[in-house]
Amino acid sequence: MRAAIARLRQPWSDRRAELTLGAASLAVCVIVVGMVAFVAVHAWPTIEHNGGFAWLGSGGNLDGQLQRMFETGQHPPASAYHVRAWPVIYGTLLTTSIALSIALPLALLSSIFIVEFAPSPLRRVMVPVVRLLASVPSVIYGLIGILVLVPFVGNHLITGAQKTSVQSTVELTGASLLVASVVLAVMITPIMVALISEALSGVPASWREGAMALGVHRLRATLAVSLKAIRPAIVAAGALACARALGEAIMIFMVSGSRSFAPNLDHGPLIFLYEPLRTLASVIVDNKEGFGGSPAVNSTLYAFGLLLLISAIALSLGSYLIKLPLRRYQLK
Amino acid sequence: MREWRLLDRIVLGAAWAAGLGLCLVTGAIVVYMGVRGFQYLRPDLLVTSPQIAEDGSVSGGILDPLIGTAVLTAIGLAVALPLGVCCAVWIVEYGKGGRARQSLGRLVESAIEIVAGTPDIVIAIVGIAVFQLGVLAPLSSKSPTGVVTGTSFIAAGLTMSLIALPPIYAATRDGLQAVPAHMREAAFALGKTRIATIRRVLIPSVRSNIATGTTLGISRIVGDTAIVVIVLGETLRNEPLNSTPIVGFLRGTGSTLTSYVFDNSPAGEGKAEDKAYAAAFVLLLFVLLLNIVVGRISRRQAHSSGFQAGGGRT
Repeated sequence: MRAAIARLRQPWSDRRAELTLGAASLAVCVIVVGMVAFVAVHAWPTIEHNGGFAWLGSGGNLDGQLQRMFETGQHPPASAYHVRAWPVIYGTLLTTSIALSIALPLALLSSIFIVEFAPSPLRRVMVPVVRLLASVPSVIYGLIGILVLVPFVGNHLITGAQKTSVQSTVELTGASLLVASVVLAVMITPIMVALISEALSGVPASWREGAMALGVHRLRATLAVSLKAIRPAIVAAGALACARALGEAIMIFMVSGSRSFAPNLDHGPLIFLYEPLRTLASVIVDNKEGFGGSPAVNSTLYAFGLLLLISAIALSLGSYLIKLPLRRYQLK
Repeated sequence: MREWRLLDRIVLGAAWAAGLGLCLVTGAIVVYMGVRGFQYLRPDLLVTSPQIAEDGSVSGGILDPLIGTAVLTAIGLAVALPLGVCCAVWIVEYGKGGRARQSLGRLVESAIEIVAGTPDIVIAIVGIAVFQLGVLAPLSSKSPTGVVTGTSFIAAGLTMSLIALPPIYAATRDGLQAVPAHMREAAFALGKTRIATIRRVLIPSVRSNIATGTTLGISRIVGDTAIVVIVLGETLRNEPLNSTPIVGFLRGTGSTLTSYVFDNSPAGEGKAEDKAYAAAFVLLLFVLLLNIVVGRISRRQAHSSGFQAGGGRT
């Protein structure tokens, strides 16, 4: 035993070190591949019993379907797996797209401001401010959302007439698409600002100076030269923000109501924004007791998780592919 | 600016508005949480455990959540730090020569990027599934009926290490890539083996990068709620599984600051908004502190004399 320890304490040969480090790296690979395989395997019963991709469609009340699954116990029949997940998929698409469309212009404008136009003392303040905003935990956003924004929307923005007009289908409490999207936009903006402003400050000054020497003023030089040059970084920032928005579970669970409802435009755009919804991630949080219980619930939740995982991987792959032709500009 | 077109002036105004708006939003969040925190946080809350009062709401303090956060961070870092540094070292130093090594290197990079982009809710559901497997039952917890629930401090800590891994890996890799070649060549010229170079020359020079990555990893662990809510089994107090001193605690369930805030908000079961505000304020203070630490480390790295490894986050 002592001989073994003594042997270990002698300087390691390069070969042994390489194998050890390589084993650590391989272990990480195996863990990640295992993670994807796990989710797929656990999601398989739902996919199988719903006939392929039918479970992505609409039809029926998702809350009711999940509730029935809870009641089927440990050995559910094949019919218990019936689920139609479109309401939550639609909710996820809605929140992500609205949040991105608010956050992307905001992030671009803020980055241009930070890099070009902010006076020095303000710029020194803004860098830590953006970093702080990026690292605020999502549960704090959710807390402020549910204790401040939701009552504000419910009591001051939604009129009584609007509430009664949809009373038969849904109750408008202020926990809504509006609050969820706005808070989500605030959450993903700092990620994009950090990446884009870092890329903007990396553009060689000579490129912009060349444009300004031709008579273009600072703002147009930035827009025409720097923004075009950092397109890969903008794509990467957008993909990162999109992945964060897709996977946000806790905050959306807290501020977006308690029903797997698909907001619709039947009563006009304002009420569309005021309707509650659920996203893929927040419905998993909502039904988390199902992980010890019925295999039907278990498998459905893993199917939702599989959707999230596939979209995250697709985003990562997509941003890599989009960046490939942009690499011509030699800017990372 | 007077000669600018109207559209350009509008865009300039919008840029100013966006930048100032971002500052205002951050200020509003910090000030609001600060006001509420001072309103509800008393020093004795920090040292008493939560209890259920008669009317069903939560009274008592936040000691258990604080301990829970500390334990999870320790476990998560204990796994993520060595793994992340080893992976980064292998990729930068050994992952270059030969086709097989390059493919493995690209595979590891992609794997870590996948983990970095995965939502934490997906990692949470994988975590609880993994620890529900029979073979890992000793690591996880209970259930009165004997069913393995897959929730415990160890399970949550190991799951947390997955989300702390990417920042540590990325920071270390950037630092190592920024070490100029002449440092390594000088060491080899003096007859050092590769592993000795790594141990004695490279790792010390990327210390600040590792510190930055670790702090970022800590802030990710501290702020994460989804994994805690799913894999730690949300009990209010830290409930050890049995009376074995440390192992029983680690196999039990508990709460952290994040799950405490979640539970006490109207979205959880609690009606104790004041406790939620108090805990959220403490959480925000932690995150602020970690941010300041990261800023300090990067500034010291930028100012230090002699050689320093650049790269890393600014």
